[in-house]
Amino acid sequence: MELPQRVHVRTTINGQAQEFLVPPYMSLLDTIREIAGLTGTKEGCLDGNCGACTVSIDGRIVDSCLVLGAEVDGKSITTVEGLATAKGLHPLQQAFLEEAALQCGICTPGFLVAAKGLLDNEPDPSEERIRHWLAGNLCRCTGYDKIVRAVQKAATASH
Amino acid sequence: MVSTFEPKSNYKVIGTRPIRHDGLDKVTGRAIYGADIKLPGMLWAVVVRSPHAHARIKSIDTSAAEAMDGVYAVMTGADLPAQEDRVVDLGEGSANFRWASDNIMASDKALYRGHAVAAVAASDRYIAEMAAGLVKVEYEVLPNATNVVDALAPNAPIILEDLVGDDLGEEVKNTNMASHFRHEFGNVDGSFAKADHVIEREYTMQMVHQGYIEPHNATAIWDQENRVRIWTSTQGAFPVRTQTAGILKLSESRVKVTPLEIGGGFGGKIPIYLEPVCAILSRKSGGRPVKGVMERRSVFEGSGPAPGGVLTVKLGATRDGKLVAAATDIKLEAGAYPGAAVGAAAMCVFSCYDIANTRIDGWDIVVNKPKSSAYRAPGAPQATYAMESAVDELCEAAGFDKMKFRVDNAAHEGTRRGDGVIFQKVGMREVLAATKASPHWRSEIGAPSRPGNKRGRGIASGYWFNIGLKSSVNLALNSDGTVELVEGSTDIGGSRASIAMQAAEVLGITAEEVRPSVVDTESVGYTDVTGGSRTTYATGYAAWKAANSMVDELKRRAALLWEIGEDNIQFEDGVFSSKTDSELKISFKDLAGKLNDTGGPVNTTGAVDLEAAGGAYGTHICDLEIDPETGKTDVVRYTVVQDVGKAIHPSYVEGQMQGGAAQGVGWALNEEYFMNLDGTMMNSTYLDYRMPTSLDLPEIETVIVEVPNPLHPFGVRGVGEVPICPPIAAVANAIHDAVGVRLRDTPMNPGKIMSALEKKG
Repeated sequence: MELPQRVHVRTTINGQAQEFLVPPYMSLLDTIREIAGLTGTKEGCLDGNCGACTVSIDGRIVDSCLVLGAEVDGKSITTVEGLATAKGLHPLQQAFLEEAALQCGICTPGFLVAAKGLLDNEPDPSEERIRHWLAGNLCRCTGYDKIVRAVQKAATASH
Repeated sequence: MVSTFEPKSNYKVIGTRPIRHDGLDKVTGRAIYGADIKLPGMLWAVVVRSPHAHARIKSIDTSAAEAMDGVYAVMTGADLPAQEDRVVDLGEGSANFRWASDNIMASDKALYRGHAVAAVAASDRYIAEMAAGLVKVEYEVLPNATNVVDALAPNAPIILEDLVGDDLGEEVKNTNMASHFRHEFGNVDGSFAKADHVIEREYTMQMVHQGYIEPHNATAIWDQENRVRIWTSTQGAFPVRTQTAGILKLSESRVKVTPLEIGGGFGGKIPIYLEPVCAILSRKSGGRPVKGVMERRSVFEGSGPAPGGVLTVKLGATRDGKLVAAATDIKLEAGAYPGAAVGAAAMCVFSCYDIANTRIDGWDIVVNKPKSSAYRAPGAPQATYAMESAVDELCEAAGFDKMKFRVDNAAHEGTRRGDGVIFQKVGMREVLAATKASPHWRSEIGAPSRPGNKRGRGIASGYWFNIGLKSSVNLALNSDGTVELVEGSTDIGGSRASIAMQAAEVLGITAEEVRPSVVDTESVGYTDVTGGSRTTYATGYAAWKAANSMVDELKRRAALLWEIGEDNIQFEDGVFSSKTDSELKISFKDLAGKLNDTGGPVNTTGAVDLEAAGGAYGTHICDLEIDPETGKTDVVRYTVVQDVGKAIHPSYVEGQMQGGAAQGVGWALNEEYFMNLDGTMMNSTYLDYRMPTSLDLPEIETVIVEVPNPLHPFGVRGVGEVPICPPIAAVANAIHDAVGVRLRDTPMNPGKIMSALEKKG
């Protein structure tokens, strides 16, 4: 079986310029994990239904399992590893810790990136809005209660 | 001898809510889960699975896959060592190696759709997938039976030809019935005959999946010295070692298992699937590391879900509401090999009540579905759905108040459980009292959000016995007064914190000053699974022991410093002092800085093997709203009341209560293995399986009840499993309250609600 030629991609991940060759069939999720080596973004289902692989592309949140690595040429990607800065944790990360909003933690990176996508555009969302926005991210441990509270707390803390 | 403890209340660390020690790595993406490991020269494994629910494997041709560029090894069931019958206890469940090996990879027959039949290792995942597609398997498709009714039918296909069933002690051949047992106490039939009110009802349930977001994974090296190293996401590194060594026919000491972070388990990550496959592929590729990660469809079709089944419950009561007799028949689907959690179901089914005359018949039935495994209180949610629905049905038939009936008949110290165990101090009455006092119970249901919709309220109680078993903890004291804690219990939901806090409480230091680590099987003593709600109980007990040994050793060191007798030293509030000379005192931290003057490092261990644990109860209140035009059901308010013994870290206790309730609500309303006639699960994606999202659930209120467990130094009972027991019945009872139909078949989805409403007219 003949394998197709790799595609040359220049992109920015968490503010850092990156350049790599990616097989044309490789998902962005695998590109981030296997080529860029950032394993904070998780695989849960590979069909866009769990949100564990949520990343932001040019400010828009997507399931990275549904995007090809070859599609992000010239784009800017943020993963969970890009949330904390030298100044400290993102308010969402701090709130997730304080509110015990994670149990196993596998869905946490996706929830954090998705919630950041909400708060970046809507700094004061209602509980209903938060629940609606996060409905694309599955958590099987918490029943969502403490996740919703943590997002509410982070929204308040960011004001 | 079993030690018992008196409850205390003046704790400094226990009952507080520190930030968990592993939290930072988990919110920054640094935590390494099973699939995150990368080793030099690593290959990817992909498993070839049966598309048929029941088929004889006539031939497997791996030549095209082997010939592909980038492929290093291909294996089939023939590469697994031959096994004889040998049963091993895994803590929560057990395994017969002959069947466990056959489940890893089919030998002569595929017994369920998704059953592994071959596997490929290649240089990357995509090449491995392409190569897996080149493995040619020729099948002779056989008739299938995917539920207990079909499997027990007279003309049913026999799934395991060599199965010898045990029917109340009699051997049965040519059967799908692995076992039928009975527990009977008192005069059951005579009591039914004398009872004023008797009802008997049948309930049907479908198989469901634990639904952990992280797929199963394993990475293995089988090297040239015949040593196997495994990295995996598991609820128990030691049981993985036992199972892998058994299946590969190696001595356990040749297998080292490193547990990486685990993305959910709920009982489903106790059995192994990929570990021996990756190990054999590693050996066949010259000792290269081989990693495998299941696709989601394979997790549904090829891991270990929770059994569906058929349950009947018969209850008899006097006219003044005394429950005098109960009988049940519990038939659960084992999956393709024996071992449904029917024994545990029998231990739980009547356990909320004090009933003098009880009979329990349990049946373990083999069907053409994946081998079932534990799912959070295995067997108990099924039993509780049937029992707590039947209790409401009895109350409705006899006109009893449903809360009063539950209070009047509640189990208590001295009650005999359905399998004969006599309860020690238990908290059923306290839980019901707290339920009645809860804000939810004292509030009105409220008006529907839309005219025409109907609201209803249901309650249900549940019980889980919890387990003890073996745990080991090592402590090492640092010169700055902090303590390293090494444990063998993998941390699924905050147990590093709850165990470290128990050590800190004894040592008089803060939770943050104890640094917990979960380590591999060569770095700590034997520890059973994180399951059975045992970790905070048993591993916490081991930490308590190790911490007390450390205090004893430090008393010896203080005695050396002060040149006084050891028995003259006391330890209180983090300070060692002389009982007779008030000048002599030194803090835990300062003494830790003087270890070099008193004999060097202080390392202590705690090991336990606890036969008993403390059983626990919960009662749930569910308010829901139904649109009678569509059958759509929304849970609008939900409260979990539970006896936890003692909440070490209340946030994570609440988290267990909320998470278990959420899973139970999903089980009640949406979730099922929807099988077609070919034995194919038709909804093997998250989209179609439809677990609850954040939009499907309301805030889940929690009421923590603390009736200390006399068997634990701090009174811990274990909390993880009880909360999944009541929800299914609570939802069924609320549906009945809302629209007057009784659903005796899960999931209680809009279609079933609509047909019940139509039938009612």
